[in-house]
Amino acid sequence: MPVKLGIFYFLAAFTVWAAAVVVLGKNIVRAAVALIFSFCGMAALYVLLDAEFLAAVQVLIYVGGITILLLFAIMLTSRISAKTARVINDQAFLSGIAVVGLVVGLIYVSTSGIAAISGPPRLPETAPFLGRALLTTYALPFEVVSVLLLAAMVGAIILARKE
Amino acid sequence: MIPLSHFLILGAIIFSLGVFGALTRRNAIAILMSIELMLNAVNLNFIAFARYLPRTLLQGQVFAIFVITVAAAEAAVGLAIVLGLYRNFKTVNVDEINLMKW
Repeated sequence: MPVKLGIFYFLAAFTVWAAAVVVLGKNIVRAAVALIFSFCGMAALYVLLDAEFLAAVQVLIYVGGITILLLFAIMLTSRISAKTARVINDQAFLSGIAVVGLVVGLIYVSTSGIAAISGPPRLPETAPFLGRALLTTYALPFEVVSVLLLAAMVGAIILARKE
Repeated sequence: MIPLSHFLILGAIIFSLGVFGALTRRNAIAILMSIELMLNAVNLNFIAFARYLPRTLLQGQVFAIFVITVAAAEAAVGLAIVLGLYRNFKTVNVDEINLMKW
């Protein structure tokens, strides 16, 4: 048991460090690479939560798709060599106060009431269950989200086209 | 077994980092990256609840799949908008793009 807890603390520290580099780092390319590390740490946490299918999806879509798309956009827009002096706007102080309040409130809520729940010792294999649920109970949301994805794809192509 | 609150606190920290980034970064792509972080933190909470709630039907994991799909759509459209902005303004710093601000 303590081994699992140790793994959790290591992964949590790794993910938070990577997320901090994404948010506070000066170099945008470095931030994008840190985002990859953050997503990988998150996928490992999903495995720790018995969600193997979602861990694989996380690596495929976030690491393999979205981050590459972000890197393409970075390479197409900003001049990497021109290191901009300021990466943070004028609202940093106010936002910092608001965010500290937010994290304190969220941690208070997380630790006060619902902390005592402890689930089953281990979930059964989730992938077959998820497949069945998506095609029976959640068939309508599944179709709606596929139409949304198609619309987003067409919209992205139209927006990014020259004329 | 790891207590549920550990996962919730981790999700809260990452979500708050994402909020801070989305509020303060000047680069539009960095803002999109912060939003991805926030969506990931929410997914972590969904999956943690799907794991810990008794007699779960894995609704949390199903919802996480939908969140991932919407995040992918958001990233595609967002980056297309950023590219359009760059073509028109030659910058992606959001505080320099103030055409519709009074």
